[in-house]
Amino acid sequence: MEDPSSANPLGEPADESGLSRRKFLVLGTATAAAVASSFAARRLPAETPVAPLAAPTTETPWMAKLSLRVNGATHALELDTRTTLLDALREHLRLTGSKKGCDHGQCGACTVMVNGERINSCLTLALMHQGDEITTIEGLGTPQKMHPMQAAFVKCDGFQCGYCTPGQICSAVATLREIKAGIPSHVTEDLSAPAKLTTLELRERMSGNICRCGAYSNIVEAITEAAGAKDQA
Amino acid sequence: MKFDVPATTNPIDQLKVVGKSPDRIDGKLKTTGTAPYAYERHDVAPNQAYGYLLGSAIAKGTVTRIDVDKAKAAPGVVTIVSTLDVPKLPLGMRNIAQLFGGAEVMHYHQAIALVVAETFEQARSAASLIRVEYSRAPGKFDLAAEAPSAPLTGPAAPGGGDASRINRVGDFDGAFAAAAVKLDAQYTTPDQSHMMMEPHASIAAWEGDKLTVWTSNQMINWAKQDLAKTLGLPPENVRIISPYIGGGFGGKLFLRADVVAAALGAKAAKRPVKVALPRPMIPNNTTHRPATIQRIRIGADADGRITAIAHESTSGNLPQGRPETAPSQTKLLYAGANRLTALRLAVLDLPEGNAMRAPGEAPGLMALEIAMDEMAEKLGLDPIEFRVRNDTQVDPEKPERPFSQRQLIECLRQGAERFGWSQRNPKPAQTRDGDWLVGIGVAAGFRNNVLMKSAARVRLGKDGGVTVETDMTDIGTGSYTIIAQTAAEVMGVPLEKVTVSLGDSSFPTSSGSGGQWGANNSTAGVYAACMKLREMIAQKLGLDPANLEFADGAVRAGERRVSLAEAAGEAGLSAEDGIEYGELGKKYQQSTFAGHFVEVAVHSFTGETRIRRMLAVCAAGRILNPKTARSQVIGAMTMGAGAALTEELAVDKRQGFFVNHDLAGYEVPVHADIPHQEVIFLDEADPISSPMKAKGVGELGICGVGAAIANAIHHATGVRVRDYPITVDKVLNGLPELV
Amino acid sequence: MKPFTYERAKSPAEAAAAATRQPTAKFIAGGTNLLDLMKLQIETPTHLIDVNGLGFDKIETTPEGGLRIGALVRNTALAADARVRRDYAVLTRAIVAGASGQLRNKATTAGNLLQRTRCPYFYDTAQPCNKRQPGSGCGAIGGYSRQLAVIGVSDACIATYPGDMAVAMRVLDATVETVKADGTKRSIPIADFHRLPGTTPHVETVLAPGELITAVVLPKPLGGKHYYRKVRDRASYAFALVSVAAVIQPDGTGHVAVGGIAHKPWRVEAAEKELPKGAKAVAAKLLAGAKPTEDNAFKLKLVERTLGAVLAAAKKA
Repeated sequence: MEDPSSANPLGEPADESGLSRRKFLVLGTATAAAVASSFAARRLPAETPVAPLAAPTTETPWMAKLSLRVNGATHALELDTRTTLLDALREHLRLTGSKKGCDHGQCGACTVMVNGERINSCLTLALMHQGDEITTIEGLGTPQKMHPMQAAFVKCDGFQCGYCTPGQICSAVATLREIKAGIPSHVTEDLSAPAKLTTLELRERMSGNICRCGAYSNIVEAITEAAGAKDQA
Repeated sequence: MKFDVPATTNPIDQLKVVGKSPDRIDGKLKTTGTAPYAYERHDVAPNQAYGYLLGSAIAKGTVTRIDVDKAKAAPGVVTIVSTLDVPKLPLGMRNIAQLFGGAEVMHYHQAIALVVAETFEQARSAASLIRVEYSRAPGKFDLAAEAPSAPLTGPAAPGGGDASRINRVGDFDGAFAAAAVKLDAQYTTPDQSHMMMEPHASIAAWEGDKLTVWTSNQMINWAKQDLAKTLGLPPENVRIISPYIGGGFGGKLFLRADVVAAALGAKAAKRPVKVALPRPMIPNNTTHRPATIQRIRIGADADGRITAIAHESTSGNLPQGRPETAPSQTKLLYAGANRLTALRLAVLDLPEGNAMRAPGEAPGLMALEIAMDEMAEKLGLDPIEFRVRNDTQVDPEKPERPFSQRQLIECLRQGAERFGWSQRNPKPAQTRDGDWLVGIGVAAGFRNNVLMKSAARVRLGKDGGVTVETDMTDIGTGSYTIIAQTAAEVMGVPLEKVTVSLGDSSFPTSSGSGGQWGANNSTAGVYAACMKLREMIAQKLGLDPANLEFADGAVRAGERRVSLAEAAGEAGLSAEDGIEYGELGKKYQQSTFAGHFVEVAVHSFTGETRIRRMLAVCAAGRILNPKTARSQVIGAMTMGAGAALTEELAVDKRQGFFVNHDLAGYEVPVHADIPHQEVIFLDEADPISSPMKAKGVGELGICGVGAAIANAIHHATGVRVRDYPITVDKVLNGLPELV
Repeated sequence: MKPFTYERAKSPAEAAAAATRQPTAKFIAGGTNLLDLMKLQIETPTHLIDVNGLGFDKIETTPEGGLRIGALVRNTALAADARVRRDYAVLTRAIVAGASGQLRNKATTAGNLLQRTRCPYFYDTAQPCNKRQPGSGCGAIGGYSRQLAVIGVSDACIATYPGDMAVAMRVLDATVETVKADGTKRSIPIADFHRLPGTTPHVETVLAPGELITAVVLPKPLGGKHYYRKVRDRASYAFALVSVAAVIQPDGTGHVAVGGIAHKPWRVEAAEKELPKGAKAVAAKLLAGAKPTEDNAFKLKLVERTLGAVLAAAKKA
């Protein structure tokens, strides 16, 4: 295995503040200048094995302090800058409803809503979501108080193993909003007309959520059912 | 409970709960993100560290040196276990490729090092600092090149020589030569990947010399036995916990590298370690469905009666690997006095080939059922009529063995009726819808019913609630729900009063999930345990067990009615039993059948195929829960659509690896590929199969559907493609010329 | 993924300057391709400059009657814009043919232009790839190349540009506006923006180090009928085998560009003169000099026939 860093030697990044890497990168709505001036000392987690800490290398992580608003609650976090939103949710906030199926934006199991829009949480950094309203499957509903989309998935058996299911449901909720907002899709015939809620449209718009169990036919029924329930409400 | 005579009327036949379609009892958890999968168990084994696996960059050879110094010095790294730190570990009973340990590399992306670090980001980054030196050995990676010299694998007759490894009934060669109408064609299916949505993942924690693993595995007891063997532990020191499994399809039947690496990593780190296979590593690190090259010969008389049928298949695998048994259904599906089946197996240095949803039948029927369509065409017969003429109610190789139930013809006839088959123009390439060429196709579906012993423990609590414990798994199949239905039916309690705990090796050993054997066997085991519990209740209450009625949460004997809560008493009652099978499986051939119907449209310019309609009519014994059973069937039909149209692990024949090893490169069906799917279950109960009178159904849906799609494409375009997947490039040349 | 520092840029010049100061820095906007590649250590920036706050998120009408699309306009917003749908439908069609709803919500106009190839050998760091590691060789040549380029290829690289949006922009004669670290701005015709692989397949565009895309400008509408016909193995969420972007006028003339066959959106203006003669004539000129592999030779016929489908539809309309 070739080490990419040796092929393309990485120098120590320029650091205007002159502070070492063993520092926090503190993020806020601040400008870059404010970021640079608000470095604070890096604290090692208490359980870190005691080993002489080598001089900072290109491998030394940069830590960032940030706060995330998830399902209406604000969480203060100290994260490696490399932490994706998905890993922040699953590993740090222990909201494991959002799933890691591929970690590369190829399956949709990690779909969450950010400010009402669905995204792949595996392909975005946690530190880029300060101030955003993040909604995960846990925020849509609970076993005791299910969201109509969740209830429709149960009723229509729109899942089997359950692993893609939270992503499918988040995507489905956002899809209905996208149709309502008139956003066109690949199968929208008339770009000048409002988007329609048809099974063809649902299938195309849900295609970023792979279900290997093959519950697609039932998922589309569930979404149709939930959409109908909503319209009547 | 020994099951060795056909079932008579029993408590399941009440069908108050069994046979109904309640929502899945685990549905609320799965749809709210609260069902915990293996990698998500923050609630167990505190202080978990993150493991990240490195895979071999070569397909065959040896690892000569692994330099972990830089990686070890990387921040947050707790420990590194390299394959050179560990001796070659004993193989599990069911493993072919080495999972970890030793210098030998048997396939690409074989796990060769595990980095354990405080965070996932640190572990992943440090893994890239490991320098590995290899000594490459030449390997064989091209099935087509190896096929001509691939040896036969069947059992040789004593003194019969190599030719006796061919399975023959009657005189195939003579009958085929004499047949009025003949087909001799080759079909190929590619390597395929399970691509279940949840990557293989495990958390391992040691307590002294006892190991607990939270993992994602279909067969708990196999995993326990094989992990113990691999690590040299007594099996009782190993506990496997796997209550939720994000899909398996055969890919999680066996012990895999994540489990072994997590266990070794946890030992070295002296703390719990969790490991998930990165998606791009899965196709080459784990198992796959092997590619096949199949030759089918069918001879028939002028009336369309098969006189000779031969199905030979060649596949490849690592040394000690098994062949893909593609001809298996051909031994049983159609009549014909003169028969031949044979398997050839080439040694290939690709990753391990092993079971994927309906091994054998899935690729076998993809070939056989095109061949049947081609024969029907040659004979000028309707493809359904051709199949009807060649139906058999007995095992054609052993006519003394009848099928326990066989309603293939009824499946095809009902399907034809429902699908509008009579409207079909027998001539291909006649129907147009704008730029699209439209066709319909049919194929028979066939999959055997496998009997496996299966045990469970059932407890009656002081509240009258029933708890079932078994190491059975629910991989999306609906096991939780049908087991609850079974217990509710036998114990006479509402479904809500049943709690089901699965996937823990501390529970009685079940059939596990695989080969569509899970539903029938595991519920039969639960039935046995419940019947034992009924006896205990009768005994405790001093009642005659023969004349009891369990209903509405109470047991009744004549005028006497005792609530189950009262019967349980403060201490509760617990019974453990299982189902074991006698000779019925030998006396009768137990199989499941389907008629698959598909309508496709093929774009007349571009050759894109889009499926418009799909119908499966299934005869698979008693359907325990039509809702979850239907889901199994549509899911398998979807996977079959992928197999027919897009799925192929592309082999780099120089480097020896599957190139498109992620979910972007390996294209499984998406929503837009799948239309509304219809499933009909014939009303059937098979008293030969088990007290449940059920059979498997989870794989039947993939068996035959690919060929139905291929046949529909032929009907739409007149282009006969015998090489899966049927992508645009294979259809283009047969489409109408551009004007 | 290698550790990196992160800053939020507050002005384009500052972003470009920061990038110039640190040769191993990268701009990040949507991040959908960059983070994918960083996880595999195909991209290893040590500093990320988040440009999302720069405000290039508007679609404005230009004095010439065209549209200026901010570099940060998300794919979804661009595809849904009423002016784009009305006057540049080929662009809407191309965008919604790509990726998934989730990815389009995040992916930006500039990022989409810059997305890197999906060649599986580029993505597998154990394999040689001149694009990923100059001089290491090309695994795809002689390997599995079904998805890869058939024209404009070199002995060093047969990768394709994977995007859809840029193919439509090519047909619309868009220009890419940028700003360099020293504050100079320039407009790059889309035809010149992506490069052919040649001997330097790792250099994919004409952007200078630190140069930041600020907008894509569309000239005034072309009129005509707009088509984006994408052929792929599955029905959605897949990269193109071949795609055809076309604007066809009532008299049968028009513009055509093809995706999925080259290291850049492929357009040969001279071939467009053949449009009235039909798809075969156009394809013959468009694909002159093609050098397909055994695996992907079918793409030549597929281009011809996909264009045939487009022209047949235009005739009917």
